[in-house]
Amino acid sequence: MATHLRKQLVVVGHGMVGHRFVESAISRGLTETFDITVVGEEPRPAYDRVALTSYFEVGAQALSFLPSGKYDDPRVSLRLDTEVVAISPRQRIVTLANGEDLHYDELVLATGAAPFVPPVPGADLDNVFVYRTIEDLEAIREASKKGKVGAVIGGGLLGLEAANALHQLGMETHVVELAPRLMAVQIDDMGGKTLSQHINKLGLTVHTGAMTEAILGDKKGRVDRLALKDRNPLEVDIVVFSAGIRPRDALARAADLDVAERGGVLVDESLQSSDEHIWAIGECAAVRGMMYGLVAPGYDMAEIVVDRLLGGEGEFTGADMSTKLKLLGVDVASFGDAHGATEGALELTYQDAVSGVYKKLVISEDGKRLLGGVLVGDAAAYGILRPMVASGMELPENPEELILPASRGGGLDIELPDEMQVCSCNDVTKAEIKAAVSDESTLNDGSPCVDAACVTAHTRAGSTCGSCKTVVKKIVEDYFTATGKEVDKSLCQHFKMTRQELFDVVAVHGYTRFDDIIEAHGSGRGCDICKPAVASILASLLNQHVLEPGNRQLQDTNDAYLGNLQKNGTYSVVPRIPGGEITPDKLIVIGQVAQEFGLYTKITGGQRIDLFGARMEDLPAIWKRLVDAGMESGHAYGKSLRTVKSCVGSTWCRYGVQDSVGLAIELELRYRGLRSPHKLKGGVSGCARECAEARSKDFGIIATEKGWNLYVCGNGGAIPAHAQLLAGDLDKETLIKYLDRFLMYYIRTADRLQRTSYWMDSVDGGLDRIREIVVDDALGLGAELEAAMDRHVESYFDEWKATIEDPEKMARFVSFVNAPGTPDPNITFREERGQIQADITDGPVSLGTTIPVGAP
Amino acid sequence: MTVTTETTFETVCRLDQIEPEGGVTALVGGEAVAVFRTFDDEVYALSNYDPFSKASVLSRGIVGTKLVDDEDVPFVASPMFKQAFDLRTGRCLDDASVVVTTYDVRVVDGLVEVGPRRS
Ligand code: SRM
Ligand SMILES: Cc1cc2nc3c(=O)[nH]c(=O)nc-3n(C[C@H](O)[C@H](O)[C@H](O)COP(=O)(O)OP(=O)(O)OC[C@H]3O[C@@H](n4cnc5c(N)ncnc54)[C@H](O)[C@@H]3O)c2cc1C
Ligand code: SF4
Ligand code: FES
Repeated sequence: MATHLRKQLVVVGHGMVGHRFVESAISRGLTETFDITVVGEEPRPAYDRVALTSYFEVGAQALSFLPSGKYDDPRVSLRLDTEVVAISPRQRIVTLANGEDLHYDELVLATGAAPFVPPVPGADLDNVFVYRTIEDLEAIREASKKGKVGAVIGGGLLGLEAANALHQLGMETHVVELAPRLMAVQIDDMGGKTLSQHINKLGLTVHTGAMTEAILGDKKGRVDRLALKDRNPLEVDIVVFSAGIRPRDALARAADLDVAERGGVLVDESLQSSDEHIWAIGECAAVRGMMYGLVAPGYDMAEIVVDRLLGGEGEFTGADMSTKLKLLGVDVASFGDAHGATEGALELTYQDAVSGVYKKLVISEDGKRLLGGVLVGDAAAYGILRPMVASGMELPENPEELILPASRGGGLDIELPDEMQVCSCNDVTKAEIKAAVSDESTLNDGSPCVDAACVTAHTRAGSTCGSCKTVVKKIVEDYFTATGKEVDKSLCQHFKMTRQELFDVVAVHGYTRFDDIIEAHGSGRGCDICKPAVASILASLLNQHVLEPGNRQLQDTNDAYLGNLQKNGTYSVVPRIPGGEITPDKLIVIGQVAQEFGLYTKITGGQRIDLFGARMEDLPAIWKRLVDAGMESGHAYGKSLRTVKSCVGSTWCRYGVQDSVGLAIELELRYRGLRSPHKLKGGVSGCARECAEARSKDFGIIATEKGWNLYVCGNGGAIPAHAQLLAGDLDKETLIKYLDRFLMYYIRTADRLQRTSYWMDSVDGGLDRIREIVVDDALGLGAELEAAMDRHVESYFDEWKATIEDPEKMARFVSFVNAPGTPDPNITFREERGQIQADITDGPVSLGTTIPVGAP
Repeated sequence: MTVTTETTFETVCRLDQIEPEGGVTALVGGEAVAVFRTFDDEVYALSNYDPFSKASVLSRGIVGTKLVDDEDVPFVASPMFKQAFDLRTGRCLDDASVVVTTYDVRVVDGLVEVGPRRS
């Protein structure tokens, strides 16, 4: 289509919803007919405002939705740091702050909302802030360096977020709320009280029913005191306003578009404003007069406008305003009709003042349906209660059991209907979860999932906010109980225990031999499942040579021959290239080895060079050449550390802030040879551009101005998972300490072939629990785990070198025990692109009986 | 008649050259034969050719036992795709329609001797 025929679409505001709109416009093909220009007033592209409070911990890059600063569709252009100052609906133009006009065919307003600052005297003093953007947080951080005490005005959801931030910055923090309780919109009186107790316990001071009369400044015009009506003033250095938000509808007002009574661009269910070419989405929109202060309804609106512009009929029919959050470590949830506004509604409450738990259910007059509720201190039931409201299912006989603790006869033993949506983040129903555990086509190998972690990986249920995880687990367990399939956790038929249990048994008894272990704790003589598992456990504990007699027969073939078995029976050799750094001399040696032994060469996805097609009997000679040149063969096989991938980092890259190559090499050398339940990969990037793709690794490290951010439990492969931030801005020592603990804890507690991301899902409490153990040392295991890793590092040796130096180990590297000089005729190659390729034979190949055969 | 059978046995190695629950490959009559020794020192010989992967690799598999109908069956798992083969009969325990050739084998004076193919 010629350019002049293409239509122009302008989006005002590059916040969460504006960004979602563009993403959806690209993926659903709207950019086939429209050029899109997005104008955003903030200096940076859209970021995760919901997670704003984690900014101090993770930094701006981690929050960014578009770190590269541009969309990968050339038909979208983004203009940041630019304000739209006027709209002329009749001419269809918007005017930018610099006077430039942009023509549009369709205009989408996504200007969000602004914090409301009540007209209190002194609100214009220095050190008075709002809490909405990264710039706001930066300013608060600066000011906190000079002040000690901060007050947040407003005890709603956002106010508590802001209080959390001040608390994190080490300030003495006050929360001043006009209403008689905290979070007045979402929760009720008792809930508010319970929440106050928790917050007071953390050392913050909550003042409810307190009206701010004025902010008083000192001589330099800086905040000094907060005057409260009928109370003593508070001496404070910083004030943060969080007294609600107002839709940013000023552009619309000035352009004479209809606005809602309580603010917001008035739109109908199709999100169209009073001008047919202007749409409004997100917090600036008032759909039939109603404004929604959450991001999920905004996302819905974005999708609907894209749909409309594509000719669809999508309508916005309201939103579930349920919320569940952890505020300052306290679970708070509110769902459905939390205040019992429905006529005739009944309330059921449970309260435990000692442990600070409060739960309330709102039930319909006839006692049959759940209408809503409030949970404070323990929101575990949220996952099941919210969908019960949404599905309108009938309540069980004794609805109070839904909120009683399990020890008092409670529990969540109710049969949910199949069509009920269990995961609202990813729209997964109970039926879909059951299908994942019953349907044979779920996994590639023709088997269904056997646990909840696998279900999460396949359906995504539980992968976003996590609030539905307990329900997913329960559905899976119920399914297995109902079908009489006991969830068999045995390693295999020889060991009736999990890998973790077996690990503990071996460690406690100090076993060093498979025979002793199977005799005492197993049955039969073992198989291809338990033998390598025991080998891995012994290796993690003892770090002996994998080819030690007695160990050797336990190894899977790759470990048994210290190389990767290929389809025609040959092996591959992957010289270790720590961090991907290699000298020209070593490169030449690799080339010479390949030439000499007729091997195929290829660059791997792990920043090293693979040599394929090595006959088993040639392996020792190949290794010797590498060892002589100061290299070692590497683990591309076995369940052990593979590579620690690096980007070039600060030594060459103009953006690099730390030496990523140096760290990658150090880590690869530290953890090489470490045997683990599944393979382990690492990555180190020199800055937030993340060229090493570190977050797709089991452990990924990204340099920051101040040190290193450590991410864990990522992987690529069939079901990719992004690694999650474990701790930020670490110095190298602390980083290595945490990594030692993390890896050892994983090795000790994971199941066989359970990669870190699955393991994290299976740990009760997930990432938070792992952080408690690794960072806070909650189990007091830290020193022990570090010592175990130190033992590994000290006892590391080059297992290929040790093999070629030991005649007994070498004896096995022959083609035929009775004809060591004769190559196996079954191994054949063909040629392609100037190199060999593996070939297979259709049936065994015979050399004929005339070949002379040596005596034993 | 016994004499003819005798002569078709070929000595391939010493028993102590095969580790318990290990295997070696021998060249017998031009064919690659996998010779295994179990924990209780029984010796078995199978074609080294794995019909699933079409590669000559069986001797490099893990040897153990599997409970089949209440009987502990000595088996080897192919190192390639892990199918299990009954060492006594060559029958695949995962797919009864697949059988690999077995050979007569015996230990005489500490020497392992492989005999003719069994049918
Ligand atoms: C050689 C290489 C492909 C290449 O030519 O580039 C390769 C080859 C194999 N990969 Fe890989 N992977 C290679 C990089 C990767 C990468 C990229 C990376 O490491 O950055 C990935 C995605 C990242 C990841 O692991 O999460 C990758 C994901 C896998 C997976 C899926 C893992 C998962 O958790 O889903 C498997 C299967 C498994 O391990 O169970 C696999 C398994 C294998 C095996 C071991 C399969 C096998 O048993 O034969 C292949 C061994 C080849 C050999 O004989 O050497 N390979 N594989 C790469 C070796 C890198 C190295 O230097 O060590
Ligand atoms: C601390 C905090 C915690 C939150 N927690 C949650 C939560 O837990 N759950 C939840 O659902 N929601 C939460 N929210 C609310 C959520 O962030 C908003 O609902 C969401 O950001 C709305 O998206 P939006 O795109 O409509 O507005 P915004 O994200 O605010 O984006 C609007 C953008 O438009 C720009 N803009 C405005 N006017 C102009 C103009 N004239 N020219 C150019 N650009 C302009 C603004 O600068 C801004 O960048 C939280 C908000 C905050 C501040
Ligand atoms: S990640 Fe590494 S290579 Fe990429 S820009 Fe940053 S320092 Fe440079
Ligand atoms: S409800 Fe959020 S992940 Fe399922």
